[in-house]
Amino acid sequence: MNTPAKKKLRVATTSLAGCFGCHMSFLDIDERLFTLIEHIEFDRSPLTDIKSVGDGVDIGLIEGGLCNAENVHVLREFRRQCKVLIALGACAINGGLPAQRNHLPLTVILEEVYHSSPGLANGLIPNDPELPLPLNKVHPIHEVVKVDYFIPGCPPSGDAIWKVLTDLLAGREPELGHGLMHYD
Amino acid sequence: MTYQLETAQNPEKLRRVAIDPVSRVEGHGKVTLLLDDQNKVHQVRLHIVEFRGFEKFIQGRPYWEVPVMVQRLCGICPVSHHIAASKAMDVIVGARKLTPTAEKIRRLMHYGQMMQSHALHFFHLCSPDLLFGFDSDITRRNIVGVAQEHPEVARQGVLLRKFGQEVIRVTAGKRIHGTGSVPGGVNKSLTVAERDGLLKDIYAMIGWARDAVHLIQKVHMQDPGLYNSFGIFRSNFMSLVGHDGDLDFYHGTLRTRDDNGKLIFDGVDYQDYDKYIVEEVKPWSYMKFPYLRSIGREHGWYKVGPLARVQNCDQIPSPFAEQERKEFVDYAGGTPMHAPLAYHWTRMIEMLHAVEVIKELLHDDDILGDDLMTQGERQLEGVGVIEAPRGTLFHHYRVDENDVVTMANLIVSTTNNNQAMNEAVRHVARRYLHGREVTEGLLNHIEVAIRAFDPCLSCATHALGKMPLAVELVAPDGSLVHRLSRE
Ligand code: SF4
Repeated sequence: MNTPAKKKLRVATTSLAGCFGCHMSFLDIDERLFTLIEHIEFDRSPLTDIKSVGDGVDIGLIEGGLCNAENVHVLREFRRQCKVLIALGACAINGGLPAQRNHLPLTVILEEVYHSSPGLANGLIPNDPELPLPLNKVHPIHEVVKVDYFIPGCPPSGDAIWKVLTDLLAGREPELGHGLMHYD
Repeated sequence: MTYQLETAQNPEKLRRVAIDPVSRVEGHGKVTLLLDDQNKVHQVRLHIVEFRGFEKFIQGRPYWEVPVMVQRLCGICPVSHHIAASKAMDVIVGARKLTPTAEKIRRLMHYGQMMQSHALHFFHLCSPDLLFGFDSDITRRNIVGVAQEHPEVARQGVLLRKFGQEVIRVTAGKRIHGTGSVPGGVNKSLTVAERDGLLKDIYAMIGWARDAVHLIQKVHMQDPGLYNSFGIFRSNFMSLVGHDGDLDFYHGTLRTRDDNGKLIFDGVDYQDYDKYIVEEVKPWSYMKFPYLRSIGREHGWYKVGPLARVQNCDQIPSPFAEQERKEFVDYAGGTPMHAPLAYHWTRMIEMLHAVEVIKELLHDDDILGDDLMTQGERQLEGVGVIEAPRGTLFHHYRVDENDVVTMANLIVSTTNNNQAMNEAVRHVARRYLHGREVTEGLLNHIEVAIRAFDPCLSCATHALGKMPLAVELVAPDGSLVHRLSRE
């Protein structure tokens, strides 16, 4: 990693139907962030103000599964632009906790939240065209695009994310060693 | 002025500009603007575009799972949901008073969370706007830019956040989505080694937290014309306050004030929150709009979070932060400060207070104790409320005789600020965009106003909507995974 002349790799990240915990875990690499930014630069990410993925991104990190049409659109854009696409965390890999709604019809949940929950002034289901179409079920991302690597955990630890990124930067096949592979 | 620019008269004749996604905030949101030929602004809305439906699918689960499940609403402040749910479940298991060790471990966890979340928001997300300017170069306007131009500020920010995360790790078991708090108490206390590990850095943290207050104070005072007026609107305030009107993030009673600082109600037991607060649904956002029942929809909405808390309490029970609070109140000149950008200043005062409380707790031997759990007479309903980093957070559950959850209602901090954020962006749109060519830098002004509230749109994302058209999910090989269409 000590070749400063080398072109920096571009990294894009996004949160689909996730809780941002995987992004927070990314920041749990703590002061190693300063080492990382000597070797990478960020493209679209909640950490920057770049709103769509640029051309030729090297690594795309996806947090969260798919819960609406907008998520599908963003995921496809990432797949199109990123050489390597990584599913980060339980939600991206299998839907995670949001997928607990999958055994219920969408309308039942809607009714509950916007009609029968206590303390509501009015019952009304939001339906403006600005709101992306929700999917009937929450889907893992590999059902819609090809995914190159999966990092399990809810969230994967900062150390696990660091290991995968540094492996990729060094041109090695990423591998989670002992203690980094966990599912909780 | 309230509700101006919420709904345009003839939207079909107007041009739509969207900020999508709103960036450098936590969670998923977008802003839409409707403009006419002269770029006059007719409508501005902050939309929350995702839903989860937690209130529904939590039903049927055993109550002890809830504190661990609901924190997956939000990975930025998971501890807030973890603890608010635990407090509601304390009521359910009849644990009226926790053991001293349990309460102090939970407090330590929560103040650790306050520290990491405030540091994240200030340094990682907002400092680029505050240090470089709202319409500065977009490629530098992020934490990497700050690390290059102000390496010491960035380093301290990263290490302050790290320390808060470490406090969470030793109390909750994991930095994100831990399991430390359980109905009736906690499942671990600190070892001497864990405590000493934190103690060795605590004084450096206090120093840096004080520097952070002085940094934002300086930025604010250098440009009072901007900082005292940007996005300004008047509203009521709400927060919990502790004993004797102390600032308290973990426990207390509800207090509200009007825009002049006069008390509306005080000392309210939050078990009765639904007698005081109502929520309205609007068709264009998944986030609800709460307001005070006694005042009504038009004028009953309020703001929560640091700016509300620091002005709602009577004092801050830690010396350095109290000194900073007094300076802030003096600066405001004896009347409530409503400027959204003053959220940053008060947020850093709170971070300093959190670090001071962590120091106190680390010197208290109760955190090493082993009396962790209490229980009492079983109840069927409970409400848990805390002051989360972004404001007052309500969790309300019913649990039947079989220990199964039958009802859940959550009002998350960001939802409490929903109308307030919409007012702020409308004010900014009127002041900066009206009649001008829309540029990226101008649009970032809107986001700066939203960021001041540190909205957690992730938390706010827990409800859902109707299906207006059809969509197909196609696998990489072209096969149809799933199709859905209008009901
Ligand atoms: S995997 Fe866990 S931490 Fe990551 S987005 Fe999903 S719920 Fe959050």
